[in-house]
Amino acid sequence: MNPSLFIALILLTGPSLRAADWPQFRGPSCNGVSDEAGVPATLDTNKLAWKADLPGRGLSSPIIIGDRVFVTCCSGPKEQTLHVVCFRASDGAKLWERRFWATGRTVCQSKTCVAAPTPASDGKYIVAIFSSNDAVCLDMDGNLIWYRGLGRDYPNASNSLGMASSLLISDGVVVAEVESESDSFTAGLDLATGVNRWKLDRPRKSNWTSPILLKTGVKDDAVLLSTMGAAAIDAATGKLLWADTNAYSAIPSIATSGDLLFVPIRHGMMALQLGLPGEQPRQLWQTLQLHAGTASPVAVGEKVFVLNDTGVLSCAAAATGERLWQLRLKGPFSATPIIVGHFVYCVNESGVAQVVDFSKPEGQVANELELGETILSTPSISGGAIYFRSDAHLWKFGKTSG
Amino acid sequence: MCLSPNQSPAARLLRTLAVMLIVLGWGDAASASQPPEFADAVRAIRAVGPEGRGNADATEAWRVLAAGDATNLTAVLEAMDGANDFAVNWLRAAFDSIVGRTLDAGRSAPVADLGLFVLDTRHNPRARRLGFDLMARLDAATANKLLAGMLNDPALELRCDAVQKVIDQADQSLSSSNAAGATLLYQQALNASRDVDQIDHISKKLEGLGRPVDSLKLFGFLTQWRIIAPFDNTGKKGFDTAFPPEQQIDFAQECDGKTNKVKWRDYVVSDKFGKVDMNDAYGKLKEVTAYAATEFVSDRDQSVELRLGTGNSWKVWLNGKLLFGRDEYHYDSEIDQYSMPAQLQRGPNTILVKICQNELKEDWTVDWDFQLRVTDSLGDPIPSAAIAKAATPATNPQ
Repeated sequence: MNPSLFIALILLTGPSLRAADWPQFRGPSCNGVSDEAGVPATLDTNKLAWKADLPGRGLSSPIIIGDRVFVTCCSGPKEQTLHVVCFRASDGAKLWERRFWATGRTVCQSKTCVAAPTPASDGKYIVAIFSSNDAVCLDMDGNLIWYRGLGRDYPNASNSLGMASSLLISDGVVVAEVESESDSFTAGLDLATGVNRWKLDRPRKSNWTSPILLKTGVKDDAVLLSTMGAAAIDAATGKLLWADTNAYSAIPSIATSGDLLFVPIRHGMMALQLGLPGEQPRQLWQTLQLHAGTASPVAVGEKVFVLNDTGVLSCAAAATGERLWQLRLKGPFSATPIIVGHFVYCVNESGVAQVVDFSKPEGQVANELELGETILSTPSISGGAIYFRSDAHLWKFGKTSG
Repeated sequence: MCLSPNQSPAARLLRTLAVMLIVLGWGDAASASQPPEFADAVRAIRAVGPEGRGNADATEAWRVLAAGDATNLTAVLEAMDGANDFAVNWLRAAFDSIVGRTLDAGRSAPVADLGLFVLDTRHNPRARRLGFDLMARLDAATANKLLAGMLNDPALELRCDAVQKVIDQADQSLSSSNAAGATLLYQQALNASRDVDQIDHISKKLEGLGRPVDSLKLFGFLTQWRIIAPFDNTGKKGFDTAFPPEQQIDFAQECDGKTNKVKWRDYVVSDKFGKVDMNDAYGKLKEVTAYAATEFVSDRDQSVELRLGTGNSWKVWLNGKLLFGRDEYHYDSEIDQYSMPAQLQRGPNTILVKICQNELKEDWTVDWDFQLRVTDSLGDPIPSAAIAKAATPATNPQ
């Protein structure tokens, strides 16, 4: 990382968050990397802390705040019932559940579902959004703070395959990326009331990527991706800071490591190096050897990892994009890999979790665990444990407390 | 009182009056036994609206409602009568909060009151569903018995569950080789169902039993159309281009198409799911736009839904007024993909559909079609009183 730069990746996004919290899609750094200790490197049933029933389908990841795990689900005819469920992390007891009726369109391609985007939290509130563009804010005890029907307010901002972009929260603003072919915008919703603080027109292109947050000086920038280019905006105001016109992917999201952004393009990967705050990043490298499928890339230190559609995990040098090794896993994958220490945790669509030890020269599958259910959701890490969710269950492997 | 969607005009009027009374009299009914702060809280929550309007006031009001005990549950459900969809969600969360706290404390809720609320079909259908779910948790046996009487319930979710019970019984009959029994039960379920997935399941079963379902008639897809094409859609610009049919529908007029003069022609749907297939009519063209028009005769002024299914970019007008449009291509197509509330006038009404095809060449981008039906709010098809194939509509699109 260039020490002369003021840019650092944000680690925590809210004043009430703890180091162990996993407050949004791919964790505190929006990067799928955890520095937690004690996460089991060997997944087996002996490490199962608990398993809880879920009331409906979901591709969204669990988020964890303190001793609470939050999961979104959908159920019922046309998946019109939206659920936000809270479990106690220590023992898996269900603490509360809130249900809502979708006010927007719930049409989805059958592989995905209405509970596809992952909720976000600032440590005090949790905000969930669904494919119907219904957004709901609750406090940790399930008290309703506000409700928005973005699908009702902006009825053409929908996608007949389903929406999937996850939320971010930065300094009292919820960043909701609602982008599709017929109407497209990203909005900053007031965390206290849900009303629009800002609303930015976006390219009218289908987009299932999730934004990431970067800490630049004292404020947060949200980086948005689309097939028409990347854009950084001031999360507090929606002001456009920089944009490019590269044709990026519409499904996998950005990975980060240090001052580098690893951005999936249609048939490959591009690395961008961040500059001074507000400055457009410069392209560091581009390669067709690293092709992310549905899963987003993940990067740590000097390495970047990419899962392709057929289940091949590639490891490349972050600085150059040079592919270092490839390892065929049991695929296919929808879930993004998560890194803890020198292990990459990958779970395929059949529910086979595979732990890859990347300290080995060519990478090596250290162990596998069959969860026995379809899993399309990215795992989450908190309190020395890893969480998986399917359409029916939530698993915690690791410590039984915290 | 259980009112069928196929009710008589007198029954419809009675139901309308009853709903009005519930709505107008809500304040008294819901808050009669409640403290004033309850009514204030409900008022604040019912004031929420689009764009987050009223959210700030509703937050505190919600805490007042959610702090109530099980004796408040029916009043919270009653507060949903006439409320908008956002307010209904606020009230649902309050209901769930009270229920969770009550059951966690090992206490029960007033089952009889809930049951009576559920049986009163004048109440908000979703509120009734919510009450039924709680009742089922507290007294599953009674709830199960009540469900059997909900095959024609105006609450679609309750009806869906009731139909599913019959489908399950039919499946059992079929697996025990009772074909006659299965046929009757599937038919009973089919008569009541308004759920497309259920209808699809039943239709396949009945077809396997040698009794194919006339889907065209069952769903009530509109079958008599006049179509005109191809107009240009190069660069997907056709969606926002008002070609002559958008300016004036004149079935005798010949106008400039994409490459040649084009004119209206008859199209009668033959597809079992009501598809108006432009590829069938004009060949597999790309970057083109087509229009289809039909006349729908209504026996009275009435609120309906126009339900459209298409994977193409589209716009729909009723009597010259644009109802909605979407500029999206080949993502999905299914029955009732889009529901548009609309107001039919007594007599002839003109429905105009614009359907655009894009430039892609892949196999999954070939379809250039749509299906459309007119229904009530429950999905019951409303037939046109007459079809005037050659009549020139008086109203032109704007």
